Amino acid sequence: MRLPNFGIMVAAGASLLLAVSTLHAETFGDPPTSGFGKPIAEPDLALWDIDIQTPTGKGLPAGEGTVAHGAEVFAERCEACHGEKAEGGPMYGTMVGGIGSMDKNPRVLTPGSMYPYAPILFDYVRRAMPLDAPQSLTTEEVYSVVGYIYHLNGLVEADAKVNAKTLTELKMHNRDAFIVDDRPDTKAERCMTDCQPIGTVADAQKK
Amino acid sequence: MEVEDLKIEPGRANAKPGDRAADFAENTPPGEQIKPTRRSFLRGSVIAAGAAATGVAGASRSSAEALPVPESSMAMGDPIPEKGYGMPIEFEEHVKRHRTDVLVNKQNFSDWSMTPLQHQTGIITPNGLFFERHHNGVARIDPEQHRLVIHGLVEQPLVFTMSDLMRYPSVSRFHFLECSGNGLTDWTKAASTTVQQSHGLLSCAQWTGVPLSWLLAEAGVKPEAKWVMFEGADGSGHLRSIPIEKVMDDALLAYGQNGEMLRAEQGYPIRAIFPGWEGNTNVKWLRRIKLVDQPDQIRGETARYSDPMPGGKWRQFSMVMECKSVITSPSGGMSLKGPGLYEIQGFAWSGNGKVTNVDITLDGGRTWQEAQLEDPVLDKCLTRFRYRWNWEGGPAKIASRAVDSTGYVQPTVEDLARVREITGFVQHHNGIFPWAVSQTGEVTNAIA
Repeated sequence: MRLPNFGIMVAAGASLLLAVSTLHAETFGDPPTSGFGKPIAEPDLALWDIDIQTPTGKGLPAGEGTVAHGAEVFAERCEACHGEKAEGGPMYGTMVGGIGSMDKNPRVLTPGSMYPYAPILFDYVRRAMPLDAPQSLTTEEVYSVVGYIYHLNGLVEADAKVNAKTLTELKMHNRDAFIVDDRPDTKAERCMTDCQPIGTVADAQKK
Repeated sequence: MEVEDLKIEPGRANAKPGDRAADFAENTPPGEQIKPTRRSFLRGSVIAAGAAATGVAGASRSSAEALPVPESSMAMGDPIPEKGYGMPIEFEEHVKRHRTDVLVNKQNFSDWSMTPLQHQTGIITPNGLFFERHHNGVARIDPEQHRLVIHGLVEQPLVFTMSDLMRYPSVSRFHFLECSGNGLTDWTKAASTTVQQSHGLLSCAQWTGVPLSWLLAEAGVKPEAKWVMFEGADGSGHLRSIPIEKVMDDALLAYGQNGEMLRAEQGYPIRAIFPGWEGNTNVKWLRRIKLVDQPDQIRGETARYSDPMPGGKWRQFSMVMECKSVITSPSGGMSLKGPGLYEIQGFAWSGNGKVTNVDITLDGGRTWQEAQLEDPVLDKCLTRFRYRWNWEGGPAKIASRAVDSTGYVQPTVEDLARVREITGFVQHHNGIFPWAVSQTGEVTNAIA
C-alpha cells in the first residue's frame, strides 16, 4: 500500500511531539550514542592556538621586541588610522594617556589606563591588527609595537626588552578595578497607581 | 502631501500588515521613497479598511468614494521564475537595516547596523533585517573548508567539518539576541529619533543546531575545566570566555536561522548561541573552542564589554541581558492622525527567563495598566505585547515596563543611574523607555 495512513501518522506524531517537548522543557535530551569528531593532536593546532591567558601570560610566545623597533612598526602599519604617536588619527581616538582618569567623567580609555593585564595588548594586536591585514605581524613586531604603545603611556622604558616575562610582570594601573557581575543591582517595584513619574539619569544625579 | 501620508490613522489596529509601509515611511531615507501615486493608492485602501473594520464610535467619518476595479484584478500577475530567492515587494524596500546615525563610526568594519523594529510585525526578525555587529567586517567562509576545533582541558582534542556537525541530531530554539550596547546613545539625552536607532541592536530568530554540551562530552571534559573560550574565524579573531555551566546548560552550536543556513553576517557556516546573553558572546564564524581553568581576560572581557561602576570600577562578565521592553508603535518619528483608537504594540524580553507581565503607562509613569501578552511566550525570546489606547488628543507620555519569571521588574534609567556610573560608552541599558506624544500627535524620544 503506497498511501500512508494519515490518521495513525498524526496520532503518532502528536504523542511524539508531546514526549519531545516534555523532555526539552529541562534539557536537550540524551546526547547521541556516537560522535563524529576526528581526533587531532595539540601540536597540530599550534597556528590556531593564539589566545593568551593574560593574568598569567600563559600562551605568550618566545621571542622579544624593542620600543625602538615598535616605533617603526607603528609608523608603517598603525599610524594611518591611529595617528602620530598613537594620539588619535582619522579612524580612532587616542591610545595614550588616561591613567588616573577612572574616577573622573569622562574616563579616558587607552591600553595604558584601561587594561588590567599587559599581555592583553599582545593578544589583541596579534589576532586582530592591523585591521587590513590581521595576523600578518611577526612575533617580534607584535612585542615591539606593544612595547612602543606602553612606552608612550609611560609604562615601559625606552630601552626596555619586551618579552613574555617583562609583559607578564608589568603592573597595570587598572588591575584591581574589575568586579565580576553582581546583578541584579536594581529592585524596581511594580507600582500600578500613585507612582513616581519615570525618572531620568539627571534625576538620579540630582538626589 | 508627504506629511499627510506619514500619519497613523486611528483604528489602524485592525488594518492589514502591508499598511505599515505607509504609516512608517517617515523613516525612509531620502531617495528611497515609495512613489507618491502608489502611496496615495495604499493610503486610500487603509482608510477604507480601517473605517469599515473598527466602527469607532464618535469618529467623524465621511463616506469613501466608489471603488474602481484594481489594476491587479484585470491583469496577469508576474510569471513564476524558473528559480530565485524571493525578495520583499518594492513597496517595502524602505524596510532596511541601517547603520546608526547617532554614533557614526569613521569606518564600517568594526561597526553595527540596526533592525527596523518599528516594521517588525511578529516576534521573528527576518534574516535580512537581523542586526549586525562585527569587529572586522563580514567574513565569507566556504563551508567545505571550514573546521571547528575543541581542545584544551579535554581528554581528546577533536576537529569537525561542517558535514560532521550536520550529522548530529539537531534541536531548534527561539531566542532573541541583543547587543550589550543597545541603547547606549540614549542614557542622558534623547539622541535617537526612532526605535530602530534606540533599540535596533535587538533581533530574534529560531536557531537550529547541536547542543554544545554533546560535543564537549564527546571530547571529554576534564574536571579542572571551568571556563570555555570561543573564538571566531573572522579577521578580528573575536573571542569570549564563557563559564562552563552556561555552556553545559542551554548553549547551541547553530548553523540554522529561521529555516535556512545562517547568513554570512550571522556567522556562516556556524556560530555559538548562548540564550539570553549579550550578543558578542554568541561568537560567529566559530572556529575554536578551548576548555580552560580561568578566563583569558582578553580585551573584549576587560576594556570592552565591561560596565563603568562608581569609584572608578568596572563590572565585567556581565553577560545576561536583563529584562527589558519597548513600545514599537507608536514610537519615535511617527505621528498620530487625530484622536481615536490606537493599538500600542511592542516587544518584551528577558535573558533570565520568560516575560510574565508588561504594563503600559500613558501618563509618564504615574499610573500603569497591564498589557496583553501574545502567545507564544517563550524563554529568552521576544514576546509581543498589545494595549488598546483611545487617545483623546492631549499630550501623553507612553512607556512599557516588563516583568520576568524571576520577579525582576524593568527599572528606569534613574534606578540604573543610582547604582551604576553613567559615563562614556555605557552598555546594558534596559531602562524603561518613554515616548512623548504631543498635542498634535508627534511622537518623540522622551528618555531625558
